[in-house]
Amino acid sequence: MPAVQETVERVRALDVDQYKYGFVTDIESEKAPKGLSEDTIRYISAKKNEPEWMLEWRLEAYRRWLTMVEPTWARVSYPKIDFQDYYYYSQPKAAPKSIDEIDPEILKTYEKLGIPLRERDALLGIENSGGSKVAVDAVFDSVSVATTFKAELASAGVIFMPISEAIREHPDLVKTYLGSVVPVSDNFYATLNSAVFSDGSFVYIPKGVRCPMELSTYFRINERNTGQFERTLIIADEGAYVSYLEGCTAPQRDENQLHAAVVELVALKDAQIKYSTVQNWYPGDKDGKGGIYNFVTKRGDCRGDNSKISWTQVETGSAITWKYPSCILRGDNSQGEFYSIAISNGYQQVDSGTKMIHLGKNTSSRIISKGIAAGHSENTYRGQVSAHRKATGARNFTNCDSLLIGDQCGAHTVPYMEAKNASAQFEHEATTSKISEDQLFYCLQRGLGPEEAVALIVNGFVRDVLQQLPMEFAVEAQKLIAVSLEGSVG
Amino acid sequence: MRQRHGVDARHKAGHDGFQNDAGLGPAALTFPPGPAVAHQRTPHMLEIKNLHARIGDNEILKGLDLTIPAGEVHAIMGPNGSGKSTLSYVLSGKPDYEVTEGTATFNGQDILALAPEERAAAGVFLAFQYPIEIPGVANMQFLRAAMNAQKKARGEEEISTPDFLKLVRAKAPDLGITQDMLRRGVNVGFSGGEKKRNEILQMALLEPKLCILDETDSGLDIDALKVVAQGVNALRAPDRAMLVITHYQRLLDHIVPDVVHVMHKGRIVRSGGAELALELEESGYAAYGQDAA
Repeated sequence: MPAVQETVERVRALDVDQYKYGFVTDIESEKAPKGLSEDTIRYISAKKNEPEWMLEWRLEAYRRWLTMVEPTWARVSYPKIDFQDYYYYSQPKAAPKSIDEIDPEILKTYEKLGIPLRERDALLGIENSGGSKVAVDAVFDSVSVATTFKAELASAGVIFMPISEAIREHPDLVKTYLGSVVPVSDNFYATLNSAVFSDGSFVYIPKGVRCPMELSTYFRINERNTGQFERTLIIADEGAYVSYLEGCTAPQRDENQLHAAVVELVALKDAQIKYSTVQNWYPGDKDGKGGIYNFVTKRGDCRGDNSKISWTQVETGSAITWKYPSCILRGDNSQGEFYSIAISNGYQQVDSGTKMIHLGKNTSSRIISKGIAAGHSENTYRGQVSAHRKATGARNFTNCDSLLIGDQCGAHTVPYMEAKNASAQFEHEATTSKISEDQLFYCLQRGLGPEEAVALIVNGFVRDVLQQLPMEFAVEAQKLIAVSLEGSVG
Repeated sequence: MRQRHGVDARHKAGHDGFQNDAGLGPAALTFPPGPAVAHQRTPHMLEIKNLHARIGDNEILKGLDLTIPAGEVHAIMGPNGSGKSTLSYVLSGKPDYEVTEGTATFNGQDILALAPEERAAAGVFLAFQYPIEIPGVANMQFLRAAMNAQKKARGEEEISTPDFLKLVRAKAPDLGITQDMLRRGVNVGFSGGEKKRNEILQMALLEPKLCILDETDSGLDIDALKVVAQGVNALRAPDRAMLVITHYQRLLDHIVPDVVHVMHKGRIVRSGGAELALELEESGYAAYGQDAA
């Protein structure tokens, strides 16, 4: 179990506030004027050199947004957000044209985060670890600063680029699919995102292509009082396959930063998309001050027959998490999966889960959710499984387990199920347990330290989900879990 | 979680905690000759003096004295509720047990001042009466984590994967531990006998200096008992001491102790050779009535 031991070393090396990604990169940035107005949107669109249709799309979303109110049904509480108090666009002043022109401070940032941006370094790192290649798109505040392995991917016909570039270079693809899974007016935050989204990744895998490497995007919020509104769009054409990873961090700041992302996945006939997230935004300090408000809309559309979309998430960061990666099982025989580990510590509030909407025939979905609450945190699983009246033979299996560490935290499970077709088979299992003093003592008696013991027990608890992650990520996630729970025993 | 109950109280008690030495009743009479008295030459591995411990307001150990030299196997017998398991928990550092008076040294070191995992690294091993299940953590993974945690704490090099596998393969079959049991979650779905055998496997791998076996025979049929006893006997060594806690004599047919102690109401009330166990089997614990202590 070297990973656990390494974790403990890492934990020991950390400051009281634990969050290791809390540093700030000192670079000059260029920001839109504070607040939100049509002018802000025009500013963003102009910065991105967008075509007119895109600006119109944004303005339409903005006008819709003005008529909407924030949702209040989630089990989270926070002071009212003043949306005029944020910057909606921030980019490093010297915009890079190639990897060699990237501000060395930013390169250093990604180095510190363990993300190699130079392909040469990435290759070196990979030779050492013996893993497979990973192409990275790095988004720093509102802009993508580097995308690696572009050429190699292009030779396979794969398009992997910042969405701002895709809007210019592949307008037809973007026009066809953008907003086709998460409509502009889907919900308050998605609509806000549609109006002001800045950057994110665009992926297109052509017919019959198995993407030759893992794709990943690394999101970093640096600038103070800045919202990050990323937009990711992934399309797997007929028979294509792609595995995509997403990682997120932010500096340690006293005020709450806003992150409202939209991710849309489209899987056509026989296509498969595997989407993995390790979300480690700054969670706030031990008293609950600061941290990211994470309001995310992620949805995948199994549009073609026999398609499959699989979400795997490890959620350890953010002060508030509001996130429900979902699958619309439209194609016959399509499959949706949701594997989740959500860890909350300190004063974090997590309200996360999934929706599986069965529309096609013989569709199946599987939900495995592991919630771990420690400290004073609140951790809610909220899930919806529904079968349309035409969804003959729909099947779902849901398993929600919650683990409590200490007696100041809460775990909640809110499943909704709705079957309009009599042949649907839905199964739901749920358990809530506590790490027992006996388990801890058993580990201590064998020589494990208290933190190592908790990490081991929790890693055992989440094992089913960890197994779903690509290997390099699983090791990272395992370490992250231990770090997130630092201070939960004591 | 990290609790060091009673450290302050114990230091206040200091070294004047010997006043109970004279009040042992029958115990002092039958103390065996031989290694147990030759304490000047053989340093005592475990030395407990006037140990008082409680859980909540309930005092369970009430002035316990016990000395175990290296190389010996001592058995503690006694009726239910006499404090046998409490002694094992106090020595291994289970939270909620508060030491209020007395001392316990392990190779001369004040063991009560150490955290549980530090005691483990120093060589104290407790074979649990009810081994705990840890779902999702493979038995192998757990064994290796424990082994390396102890090695690390002692400043030794961690064991490599091939060496570890070799070691496990060498020791598991004797205890009837199958590959499947090594792959499964720690103690998950194990029968009572499998759990106990797994405890002994851990003991064999961790090679502790002081082995405390808490009612290891409970719930075992005679065949399982033999396997476990063989495993324990294989670990008897000149530099290792064992404290075997049991309610019944039958375990001691297979693990023959050097010394048998009778515990009653939180103290050792009588000590003798292996034959004492047989005597107890005959007469039961009835003799240890209200006035025994």
